Amino acid sequence: MAENNRAVVKLKERFADSILDCKEFRGEVTVTVKKERILEVLKCLRDDLRYNFLTDVTAVDYLGQDPRFMVVYNLYSIPNKDRIRIKAPVTENDCSIDSATALWNTANWLERETYDLMGINFKNHPNLVRILMTDDWVGHPLRKDYPLQGPDREPYKGRLS
Amino acid sequence: MGVDQPLGENIITTSLDSLVNWARKSSIWPMTFGLACCAIEMMATGAAKHDLDRFGIIFRASPRQADCIIIAGTVTKKMLPVIKTVYEQMPEPKWVVAMGACACSGGVFDTYSVVQGIDEALPVDVYIPGCPPRPEALLFGLLKLQDKIMKERNSFGSSIGLGERLEPAA
Repeated sequence: MAENNRAVVKLKERFADSILDCKEFRGEVTVTVKKERILEVLKCLRDDLRYNFLTDVTAVDYLGQDPRFMVVYNLYSIPNKDRIRIKAPVTENDCSIDSATALWNTANWLERETYDLMGINFKNHPNLVRILMTDDWVGHPLRKDYPLQGPDREPYKGRLS
Repeated sequence: MGVDQPLGENIITTSLDSLVNWARKSSIWPMTFGLACCAIEMMATGAAKHDLDRFGIIFRASPRQADCIIIAGTVTKKMLPVIKTVYEQMPEPKWVVAMGACACSGGVFDTYSVVQGIDEALPVDVYIPGCPPRPEALLFGLLKLQDKIMKERNSFGSSIGLGERLEPAA
């Protein structure tokens, strides 16, 4: 199914060696690419395939797997009324990816949020500081290994513990 | 306790204390300060149907003119310094009402970002349970605060600079 998608066909012919996976689930197309070429892929989607609106940048923590993180870009094409999701794996040791701020200004705050809560470093971001947590916060709360009730508290183990 | 009261405890000082206490409890001016859904109930309590004004409770938009702060909602760790600043800007005497489950104990938000009860930072006088408490519950809590104010001693002495205001034990 995903193979028939116009964007997927185009991406496959242009970035054949960088596409790791293509999936379609209930009409949602997801393409996984290598993080080294994420900016070129996004630029191609924006300029040639008219996915001109960056809806969201976020990340998923697959704790225990390698690569641990997956950075997710949700794109929308206003002229074609069509959505696509781009994902890029990021390892824990080299926890960084190129910033999309050069392509979309809205990536600025979205990437700050992802940095704040997930600890992904966006290279060449103009102002990569925390946006939700306080400036002096230690750690990245949405990581799976962050204690839910904060590092300074005994974790809750249920009523009978 | 007589040692703590420079004016002593006799019919004149206790009457003067009662007068000061009556004046204070009849004009509790809370801060206009809402944090979450509890603030909606607080507004409802202030509006026509429940009408806090009949108790002399008039919301003030400046901490400099307020006697009481109603912590109406979830206190996040990011908001806590703001609340502390507002509290410190209020002139003495001042009272704190923790309204709702979040302000009392953190409520359902047992997480890293939420303060587990405003009593970790401010001296709370009245705790009002509920999620959110109904306007009747807030009214009841404020009446309890009035009762508490009426039990204070040396209010007159402390207001002319003699000794400390003594709050009731419990």
